[in-house]
Amino acid sequence: MPEKIKIALAQGATCSGCDIAILDLDVELLKLFEVADLTFAPLAADIKFKDVEAMADGEITICLYHGAVRNSENEYVAKLLRKKSKIMVAYGACAAFGGIPGLANVTTKNKILDTVYDETATTVNPEHTRPQTHFITPQGHDLELPELFEDVKTLDEVVDVDYIIGACPPTREMNVKLLQIVLDFVNGKAPLPPKGIILASERTLCDECPRQKPEKVFIDEIKSIDYTELDPEKCFLEQGILCFGPATRAGCDSKCINVNMPCRGCMGPTAAVLDHGGSMLSALASILKVSSVETELPEEDIEKLMEKMRDPLGTLYRFTLPKSLLKRVIKESKDEK
Amino acid sequence: MENQFKPKIIVFCCNWCAYAGGDLAGISRYQIKPYFRVIRTMCSARVDPEWIMEAFRLGADGIMVAGCHPGDCHYIGGNYRTRRRIALLRSLLKQFGLNPHRLGLAWISAGDAEKFANTMNSFIDCIVELGPSPYAKPAQSNQHTDTAKEVLDA
Repeated sequence: MPEKIKIALAQGATCSGCDIAILDLDVELLKLFEVADLTFAPLAADIKFKDVEAMADGEITICLYHGAVRNSENEYVAKLLRKKSKIMVAYGACAAFGGIPGLANVTTKNKILDTVYDETATTVNPEHTRPQTHFITPQGHDLELPELFEDVKTLDEVVDVDYIIGACPPTREMNVKLLQIVLDFVNGKAPLPPKGIILASERTLCDECPRQKPEKVFIDEIKSIDYTELDPEKCFLEQGILCFGPATRAGCDSKCINVNMPCRGCMGPTAAVLDHGGSMLSALASILKVSSVETELPEEDIEKLMEKMRDPLGTLYRFTLPKSLLKRVIKESKDEK
Repeated sequence: MENQFKPKIIVFCCNWCAYAGGDLAGISRYQIKPYFRVIRTMCSARVDPEWIMEAFRLGADGIMVAGCHPGDCHYIGGNYRTRRRIALLRSLLKQFGLNPHRLGLAWISAGDAEKFANTMNSFIDCIVELGPSPYAKPAQSNQHTDTAKEVLDA
């Protein structure tokens, strides 16, 4: 039997849901550990950075990095593991597109610190203390904290990435496929796929959605999912629920759709699109239904119609703000007129 | 005069009305300030919201989408879609921190050269008054530092 390969599970700004998703391989994990050793996985094993630093370059065969790059420690881990790994995978929506942590790009580092250390109701901080990245205690201990970045970045902005896997988190089926790719590679049965997005379809989710699709979809009113009784057979958009199917890449086996939840876009856009939100915006604008004849509506009424959509930025870029064209909110210095 | 702000403005014109209107404005020798570049599309509805965001990312200070008058679309209903998209895009751009006036929408017919000239001149005036787009700065220096952003946020 050939020597075991080494794998690493690195964490950035993550909820660790991706770690759990890998554990969800359950019995399949045994197949993985037949061929691989877990060398670095802060959630599962006690391995220090210095152990990784001591490894030779390229010693780790495959590294799954999950989470966005949010602070200097995330960046250090990303760069270190890039150097030590042959294959670097941006695993999950946060590493691939910024994910939920990426929504921090609507504000700034200082405003986040203000909120956390001053403005919340339960905070008492009369001296307006902020965490310092470097501190020497009176006893002489040298303490360091990572530096929070101004922007949330995706993994491929920081290091060269071989494969990108979307979804929040990647599904069990995707992980089984990924495992098969690794096994085939280790056993020399199949070469690695070309660089880029893997384990996903080239089409949108609507293409594989099992629900009945009407010829033409119209939304009378955008409804909140909390207060709406949903028909599990009918298209979500037809029922007035925002579903990101028209703009989102397929490949997740319609997991959410099958449990009567609309798509929120964690697989990111298809390859033909630069900007996930822009693509969805385009689709949405066309399907809102107008009460009277569209030709007779003045511009103001159209604006009112479009205002039915609350928080377009947060909704359209829920998982992809750092990977969007504008990347972050930059306020104009002049006051709005 | 030398230090006056010269904005970069992209104008998407539909082939059938606004582009012909702009053409006629040129032939008719209307005076228009020279700070805009025209991109011809077959229909104003062909203008993908992505393109507008890409233009802002690359440093455009203002973007105008010009098409046929409502009811006059060469493709029957294209400009109604444009109208909705632009309305939604304006509220999105506002959240991104851009003044919604930076995205203009105009209906100009093929024969309305004067309207083309007037619309462009007033749009350019509006953008000059608004000043450079906040997204234009990082593009110029390419490497935007923390301090550059702090100033913008203040």
